[in-house]
Amino acid sequence: MALIDDAVARTALPLKERLAPMLERFDRTLKPLGLAWLVSLARLLVGDRPIQQLKTIWHELLVPLIAIACFLGLWSVLAPRVVTSLGAIPGPAQVLQQFSVLWGDHVAEHDREVAFYERQEARIADTLAKNPDAEVKRQTYLGRPTYFDQILTSLKTVFTGFLLASLIAIPLGVLCGLSPTFNAALNPIIQIFKPVSPLAWLPIVTMVVSAVYLDEQPGFPKSFVTSAVTVMLCSLWPTLINTAIGVASIDRDLINVGRVLKLSWSTKILRVVLPSALPYIFTGLRLSLGVGWMVLIAAEMLAQNPGLGKFVWDEFQNGSSDSLARIMVAVLTIGIIGFLLDRLMLALQAAVSHDLAR
Amino acid sequence: MTSKLSSGRRWMRIATILRGRALRALLVLLAPVGALVAEAGPLEKDQLKLGFIKLTDMAPLAIAKEKLFFEEEGLQVQIEAQANWKVLLDRVITGELDGAHMLAGQPLGATIGYGTKADVVTAFSMDLNGNAITVSNAVFEEMKGNLALGPDGKPAHPISARALKPVVDRYRAEGKPFNMGMVFPVSTHNYELRYWLAAGGIRPGFYSPDNTGGQIQSDVLISVTPPPQMPATLEAGTILGYCVGEPWNQAAVAKGIGVPIVIDDDIWKLNPEKVFGVTAKWAAENPNTHLAVVKALIRAGKWLDDPENRAEAVKILAQSNYVGADEKVIANSMTGTFEYGKGDKRAAPEFNVFFKHFATYPFYSDAIWYLTQMRRWGQIAEAQSDAWYFEVAKKVYRPDIYMQAAAALISEGKATREDFPFGTDGFKPSTAAFIDGIEYDGKKPNDYLSKFPIGLKDMQTVAGNEVVSH
Repeated sequence: MALIDDAVARTALPLKERLAPMLERFDRTLKPLGLAWLVSLARLLVGDRPIQQLKTIWHELLVPLIAIACFLGLWSVLAPRVVTSLGAIPGPAQVLQQFSVLWGDHVAEHDREVAFYERQEARIADTLAKNPDAEVKRQTYLGRPTYFDQILTSLKTVFTGFLLASLIAIPLGVLCGLSPTFNAALNPIIQIFKPVSPLAWLPIVTMVVSAVYLDEQPGFPKSFVTSAVTVMLCSLWPTLINTAIGVASIDRDLINVGRVLKLSWSTKILRVVLPSALPYIFTGLRLSLGVGWMVLIAAEMLAQNPGLGKFVWDEFQNGSSDSLARIMVAVLTIGIIGFLLDRLMLALQAAVSHDLAR
Repeated sequence: MTSKLSSGRRWMRIATILRGRALRALLVLLAPVGALVAEAGPLEKDQLKLGFIKLTDMAPLAIAKEKLFFEEEGLQVQIEAQANWKVLLDRVITGELDGAHMLAGQPLGATIGYGTKADVVTAFSMDLNGNAITVSNAVFEEMKGNLALGPDGKPAHPISARALKPVVDRYRAEGKPFNMGMVFPVSTHNYELRYWLAAGGIRPGFYSPDNTGGQIQSDVLISVTPPPQMPATLEAGTILGYCVGEPWNQAAVAKGIGVPIVIDDDIWKLNPEKVFGVTAKWAAENPNTHLAVVKALIRAGKWLDDPENRAEAVKILAQSNYVGADEKVIANSMTGTFEYGKGDKRAAPEFNVFFKHFATYPFYSDAIWYLTQMRRWGQIAEAQSDAWYFEVAKKVYRPDIYMQAAAALISEGKATREDFPFGTDGFKPSTAAFIDGIEYDGKKPNDYLSKFPIGLKDMQTVAGNEVVSH
């Protein structure tokens, strides 16, 4: 009875109050993704605090859009004035054009694959016609990586490196945070290796990988492993340091409770330490992913991993009049992907923290 | 995936093949050409990754892929651009690349242990000529006063380094370094640049076992720059000239930052340039695949030297995954002209030779010339006997594999006997077609070395900063 009364009472409320709890939930989910303005729009439509919603929409949507439009306008006006030996710096229009050319190449690759299989079938039919008992071999098409394949390779590499880094950094960070002795021991090593640039690691990593990774697995070529390991070496420091700080600043009371309850070592770590240090750990992970993405592009240029870094370097080597525009497409792609990765980590953090808070 | 057969039919098939093989073996004993066409067995590897550097003379690789010559041999080949010559050589040695477009000096340098030591062989010479020396606009302005003019008022070619000598002397008198670039310590460009400078009386510098900079006792400072960065470094003034392949000389002209002054066809007529290199281990483990690759490359070379195909070749090379430079920059040198400075376009029909004059045959005398130049400048620290030169050349250059491929193509009707130098002993006849007129006989390397006014000869070595005679 109470339930039905509730439902009836709710239908008597105005729309904005009926939808308020649902919109509140959406707001919390979409905020870390930067899409909170969608909720404000919805609220505006139902008439919930319109002035406030307008202010929010202005700040979150319109101001950024206007800023981006101004930037594009400034770019298209100033760019043609700087003339390099490769031609004038391309404006947004040329960059967009090169993007569509790259998309066209990607589509054309599919056509090439189809043509290859047609030719193969024709050859096989020919061979069988001459000698019906002949042994035929069907090959799978080995195309060349297009721009979008290169983006996928870069993402695959950065995630591999990032995962490896996290697997090493988080346990070490927890140890550093829990034991001051261990922290004192590891600290000088961390401080010395932290500032090393990926390009300095690369020759060493290349030599070690060549010597150690002898049995090349398909899908994990040496260049991939070299790039992933370099990303790992450069991106493990933020996670390590932040985890150590996070663990070290756990409330003393929580540690004491653990001691009183005589919690086992693993329970202590999993139930007390990690959940409390989670915000710090996530900050570290976000920073690591950002650093890893930057490092990856540099590493790929020399390790010859077929990703975005190699694309930029090859275009520079081409030195054609389209090269600068294509490099800018790559720069924008790298930036946008970096931004999306960051948002992904933020959303993950919000989701995990939210789950734990409940 | 093989087609499935019942066991009865399979045995019949085996019998047929054995009968066929017996017949073929008989033919092998009887026919001379047949002797070379041994039963080409199944391919050991049918998916290959080959490397290249973005220069127009990687064309045979691109054409073999785009015109389906590789595919017709049953090969699926990925052709991947490399960052620089060192990375390319290292990746071939570690096995990440099955083979690559290499400088003629790289297999030799690797085999004798100069740089990374590895046994690298080549059975296919990719082209002749293709390089030029470019200097900055400022240097060319200074050189103009020293140049003889032809009847049309433009500088007479070939330009000797004697015209550059006063400029270099002035720089040295003012204490400024005269920097020049080339692409790799064992590159053809290094040896051609040094040859041209020495022919004009400029000392290019020596290497010693302790000092691999190559600038001992030099008038000009020669260093390594990757080809695509050369126009940029010339523009910045970091170097005042460079020796490189195309499209980097014509690119300098197109951008108005430099003037090519001599092409390597004028330094040494029809000089060998690039080779297709694989490790000796790979060649031994994959003989049928190697043969198939060489066959496809020979066909590509033949296609390229048909003048009607050059325009299409330019279009293919301009694709961003091959050379990638603008079509009009590549077009010049590939279609028989060369632009020496803006507006000074001259005929250069043999700027790139991919097949004529037996360009694809790996001649021992070519290998020996490079070895002599390595010795001349001290990369080979000690004097070596003539026999040593022949031994190294025979180890690295594999004309036996080339002739097997040639015979296979002739029997398939894709080439004719005239295309190949049947009956050669691997040595080109003695020639004096060099810019300084000194005669080269491949069979007498030490004798050749003693003819140069500048360069190590006899038992000389470089110790510290001095040339020591023994």
